[in-house]
Amino acid sequence: MFSIEVNNLNKTFGKFVAVNNISFKVKAGEIFGFLGANGAGKSTTIKMLCGLLEPTSGDAIVGDYSIKSQSDLVKKNIGYMSQRFSLYNDLTVKENIRFFGGVYGLEGKELNQRMEWILKTANLIGKENLLTTSLPGGIKQRLALGTAVIHKPKIVFLDEPTSGVDPISRRSFWDLINELSAEGITVLVTTHYLEEAEYCGNIILINAGNLIAEGNSKVLKTKYLQNPIYEIQCSNIVDVMELFDKSEIVDETSIFGNSIHIITNNNFVNENQIYAELKKLPNIQINKVEKIVPTLEDVFIHLLEKDKK
Amino acid sequence: MSINRILAIAKKEFKHLFRDFRMLSILLLFPVFLLIVFGYAVNFDVRNIKLAVYDQNNTELSREFYNSLISSDYFQISHFIKSDSEVKVVLDEKIAQCILIVPKDFSQKFYSKENVKVQFLTDGVDGNTATIIQNYVNAATASFNSQKTNHILEQKGVKSYIPFDFQPIFWFNKDLLTTRFLIPGLIAMILVIVAVVSVSLSLVREKERGTIEQINVSPIKILELLLGKTFPYIVVALSNAIFILIVGYLLFDVEVKGNLFLLAFTTIIFLFTSTSIGIFISTISDSQQIAFTISTMVSLLPSVILSGFIFPIESMPTLIQILTNITPAKFFIKILRAIILRGVGIEAIWDQIIYLLLFAGILLMFASKIYLKKENI
Repeated sequence: MFSIEVNNLNKTFGKFVAVNNISFKVKAGEIFGFLGANGAGKSTTIKMLCGLLEPTSGDAIVGDYSIKSQSDLVKKNIGYMSQRFSLYNDLTVKENIRFFGGVYGLEGKELNQRMEWILKTANLIGKENLLTTSLPGGIKQRLALGTAVIHKPKIVFLDEPTSGVDPISRRSFWDLINELSAEGITVLVTTHYLEEAEYCGNIILINAGNLIAEGNSKVLKTKYLQNPIYEIQCSNIVDVMELFDKSEIVDETSIFGNSIHIITNNNFVNENQIYAELKKLPNIQINKVEKIVPTLEDVFIHLLEKDKK
Repeated sequence: MSINRILAIAKKEFKHLFRDFRMLSILLLFPVFLLIVFGYAVNFDVRNIKLAVYDQNNTELSREFYNSLISSDYFQISHFIKSDSEVKVVLDEKIAQCILIVPKDFSQKFYSKENVKVQFLTDGVDGNTATIIQNYVNAATASFNSQKTNHILEQKGVKSYIPFDFQPIFWFNKDLLTTRFLIPGLIAMILVIVAVVSVSLSLVREKERGTIEQINVSPIKILELLLGKTFPYIVVALSNAIFILIVGYLLFDVEVKGNLFLLAFTTIIFLFTSTSIGIFISTISDSQQIAFTISTMVSLLPSVILSGFIFPIESMPTLIQILTNITPAKFFIKILRAIILRGVGIEAIWDQIIYLLLFAGILLMFASKIYLKKENI
């Protein structure tokens, strides 16, 4: 049922606690989002789950194997792709695939079949004999993902796979992730793009080594953010934001393009209070005041702010 | 340990090598370059010394005297000095390296059976050459003297003989050719450079480009990675060694007197040692630039200066002699000279082999310690 089970995982480097007692479970075949700011402990956690780093305490079962005592078996049964392109630029597409095939002990007919599959799924047909360095970033990432699953692992870890990739390529990369998931592969993906998190089944958020939220995006939006959120479109948004920062009915404000989102607190009763606040500023042109469903971004900013306090 | 994985890595590494045209040409042309430099340009034999003659006597006897000097190919007369003032100019302007001054009363004193003093001035800036010139002139004068003495004795009806006839014979390199001494050492030089530099570079490149990440999450073991990655460079280094042996035989007359299998065996052990230096360097450097700088410093300099390749270790100060032990090339050069020039068997070189293995063992131990530590940070 679960393909990854993390139990009280800890990692300290000297006095620094990188990962603090994290536990979570990933269902087989799901796309699992792993979110957190830079330095929150995402990469350390993934490194431990891949058998690269030994946990200070706690354990995790990845596939059917313990990362503590069976890291060799873990490595054989997972795929991993990092944000940094880590295939060989001076080899061709085919040579890269062939090399990693050899590394995972594939040969002959089986290797050729997997190669065909990767070329087809990653949309690389016709580019087999190009040097990898000549490929654009998006295609490189697809090749890297294809190569990461050459040995048909049950689980694949993607560490910020789409950072630095243009929106269209990112879309087609996610199509590829969905395809893998449809084939029954469990995908654990870390990302900075919150709209990408919406594609994930379940999500966890970590901050400073602590797990601070988990659930699917609907749960996150309702469970962790119960007070109403309003979007205000108006002129002078910086002044308006300063105004609401001092206001008694508002907890947090954040700018979204040409509008601001305000998260209300328990003093809030109805919209009239917002208009009353706005009237304090003369010459403000109000275009819209509307109660909205929070975005994941709202939720995460809220959670991170709360965690800071 | 999986042979297939090692092969996959070695195959990939060969592809890198063949695709990196610059690196490949350096690895292949470097031995050719060194052979030319050390085979032809570096020569410690002193020949064709420029000699100026200031013959103040100008008689048949004086000409006979200085012609006896130039009968060998050690000296050639570059200038005849006509006046006292010229003497200084000739040495100052390097028209000649040495000057023979035959005094006015040369023949007169000789025939009146007086001791003749002949002045010989040598440019002493290059002390080594000056000493050699001195020895040549001494020998030539001694032979001219004995020839004249015999002549005088004969005229007096005394049968001449040589009381102690000194017969020096040089073993292993009977003509005392520098190339014969240098070429075995050259093999060590090239192997240490190819192995240390290319192995450390190829390992650090994986770190620098981030490709090591994908290797680390795969089931590849560190030993498989090292074997696979060093294999192509060992092939290149061995072919370099074979190339030098063949060229050494064809052009420089250096023949392997000892057992070829023993030579191959010891070469592989030395490659193992040099490779371990490369591996060690790769663990302490994060970029190819640093790795390259350290490897050339560690492999090139000590191998040229401290290994006995050119400068005899016996004539170094004791402290430096102890320091020479940090370069494995020293031990391999001893082995190479022993096998190639003297043709000895393993009984004469086993201690050197043990040292090379020890050296590699210690380095690899340190390398793995550092590697493991780094993993945790």
